[in-house]
Amino acid sequence: MERHLLSSLNAERAARRAVAVVTDLGSGESRLVREREVDLDPLSSDVLKAIRSGKSALVRADEREAFVNAYLPPARIVVIGAVHISQALAPMAAIAGFDVEIIDPRTAFATPERFPNVALHAEWPQDILAQRPLDPYTALVAITHDPKIDDMPLIASLQAGCFYVGALGSRKTHGRRVERLEAAGLTADEIGRIEAPIGADIGASTPGEIAVAILASVIAAFRKRSMRAEIAAAATVA
Amino acid sequence: MSEASVVPDVLATAERWSGEGRRLALATVVETWGSAPRPAGSHLVIDADGNFEGSVSGGCVEGAVVSEALDVIEAGAPKLLEFGVADETAWRVGLSCGGRIRVYVERLG
Repeated sequence: MERHLLSSLNAERAARRAVAVVTDLGSGESRLVREREVDLDPLSSDVLKAIRSGKSALVRADEREAFVNAYLPPARIVVIGAVHISQALAPMAAIAGFDVEIIDPRTAFATPERFPNVALHAEWPQDILAQRPLDPYTALVAITHDPKIDDMPLIASLQAGCFYVGALGSRKTHGRRVERLEAAGLTADEIGRIEAPIGADIGASTPGEIAVAILASVIAAFRKRSMRAEIAAAATVA
Repeated sequence: MSEASVVPDVLATAERWSGEGRRLALATVVETWGSAPRPAGSHLVIDADGNFEGSVSGGCVEGAVVSEALDVIEAGAPKLLEFGVADETAWRVGLSCGGRIRVYVERLG
């Protein structure tokens, strides 16, 4: 592998974009394939399969072997709201293998005592998300109940193509939220991507149970998706 | 889904070492059978002094891969290595999990 290829690969990974390196094991030549350029690659279907599944694979064609190494960004959950549910969700999500971040500008809620061992930001979502943008490998869980805090990251998550977007609130609360998001210019399709009421329908009642329901929904969205969300995101950037 | 927070990032280490002018090889698991401990795509980076970061097995065959990597750094041509229980060398270096792996070793540079 050439040095410049390694640098490009690391730059893509740092930017949280899916990418593959295809290496011809006969000639030793390697190439970088970004997801939005997959269609141009001679092994496009194999590269796309590896990127979608996250499984790197050896490809045999015409007596030659090529190794397709897929690099996907680690999945993370951004939780808006340092609430009781988040206290249960954060450790469970970490055990399930997700990176977790919690954002809540209400300093009485967002204290390290209530959230040990979690990346916690006692700041407004717009300030944090400007530094660390949402992306297709991120789930957005908005559970403050406060439109002043929840609405901005909800809109940002739909625009960024987050693989999961959920918002806490009764159907009535969500109805008012839909009106606000329509007024903000979002389409019905975009708004329809929000899971509300939030979480898998298991009759969850306590904060811990609701956290389980949310995590189940996030995992289902992550493992079952077949969207090329990365391409949509790249198109937005370009 | 993330190892980055607790485990050093192998490719970031490789880029840093490369920037320091160290001569490197990159080993990558390209195929596995049975209960191989590390999936295809796993990396090990090795420098000319035998320092390494990452893993291609649970520690079973890293020693053998490092010594092959030193040859690759010198000679430049890549190597495709195979380890498994049927392989006397592999057994001696300890891939006793019952799996088999193929590891591609190439020079970085």
